[in-house]
Amino acid sequence: MLALDLFNSWIFVLLLMVGFYAVIARDNLVKKLMGLSIFQSAVFLLFITMGTVTGGTAPIVLGDDWGAVFSNPLPQVLILTAIVVGISTLALGLAIVVRIKESYGRISDIDAPERDRRL
Amino acid sequence: MTSLLTVFLLVLALITALGVVRARNLFAAVMLMGIFSLLMAAVFLLLDAPDVALTEAAVGAGISTVLLLSAMALTAEEELAGGIHPTPALAVVLVTAAVIFYGMFEKPLVGDPEAPVNTHLAPQFFELTREQMEIPNVVTAVLASFRGYDTLGEVIVVLTAAIGVLFLIGPDAPQGSRAPSGGNLAGGGLKHHQPLRIVGKIAIPFILLFAFYVQYHGEYSPGGGFQAGALLAAGIILFGLLEGREAAAAVIPTRVLKAMAAGGALVFGGVGVVTLLMGGQFLEYRVLLDHPVSAQQLGIVVIEVGVGVTVSGVLLLIYHAFAARGRG
Repeated sequence: MLALDLFNSWIFVLLLMVGFYAVIARDNLVKKLMGLSIFQSAVFLLFITMGTVTGGTAPIVLGDDWGAVFSNPLPQVLILTAIVVGISTLALGLAIVVRIKESYGRISDIDAPERDRRL
Repeated sequence: MTSLLTVFLLVLALITALGVVRARNLFAAVMLMGIFSLLMAAVFLLLDAPDVALTEAAVGAGISTVLLLSAMALTAEEELAGGIHPTPALAVVLVTAAVIFYGMFEKPLVGDPEAPVNTHLAPQFFELTREQMEIPNVVTAVLASFRGYDTLGEVIVVLTAAIGVLFLIGPDAPQGSRAPSGGNLAGGGLKHHQPLRIVGKIAIPFILLFAFYVQYHGEYSPGGGFQAGALLAAGIILFGLLEGREAAAAVIPTRVLKAMAAGGALVFGGVGVVTLLMGGQFLEYRVLLDHPVSAQQLGIVVIEVGVGVTVSGVLLLIYHAFAARGRG
């Protein structure tokens, strides 16, 4: 049952590579940023998967039952903050893309030094 | 063991991600990204992480879709046929994939309670939360108290990103010489779409109410400052999408948003300075009051408010910057 026991890890690798492919093989800068987001989501999946415990529940104590089996809260905290930081960095990346479009007229196939010489 | 529902959702998410990469039309790609985020949120919920699921649903499926759409409206909707050959890229990806796949066999199985990641810090977090804080949501306790430094750092990063966006495309940034033609999707509003506006009118008050519930009930149920800030921003952005950016700016003016973004971080850091002045260490909440447990709870509630205010302020500032760009 190794295939199913490590299933989340397989999906993690595949998602990571889908995002990686978009970043290196696609020319459009918005598409590259989308690839980066998918890459990031794959890492989120890996972290959350590591924190789960079989038979456990979310790390929220109900009715003073501190003895129950809980999932690990630490990866959840790390990913929770990472998601919000992720959207902020995505916004910053998109803002740079918008400025590139305004300066160069396009957002793909950019040879910036070459174009700067011509300007 | 992974449940069959998780397998199903993960396979769907993988197919959606492939669709994002394949789609030449960026509008389709953005919509698929939203679906992808929602699927990931559902997976996080199944993996016992409701706090993360809430954040991913509000941020990934809601706000990032709006940002990508606005950026797309300012750049290009179609992806040009690339001049890059996919074969070398594919080769690099396959080799990397093989290496990571090989490494994955060393990982502990999904849900293994004896995995190193689950045996060291997690039990102590539960024990100390029970002794020192008496807060049912241990995620909030770890976020706001045990890892307070880290969270403060994250809040500063989020604030810095907003400052960067404002410098690049804010109202005071230089306007581009090639202003985009046509209306900006995110800024103009959908005034002629009556059904959407009516549904929005019914839904938005409840989204905002839920945001406040998530903020103030974050110690007892899934929630906290990050989720509440994202939800509040999502509610107001939805209002802006339907009624136009100016209507959203009338609800919370941008100068208030700037004060919110900076003020929340200031409250967070200020709590740290107050604890220093009261004889404790930076962000050592138990010196705040005579009763250490109440003091911990007070510290956590105050910094969670700071986080919520900063996150909502930052996300709304970013939305306004994108939506106003190119509209004068």
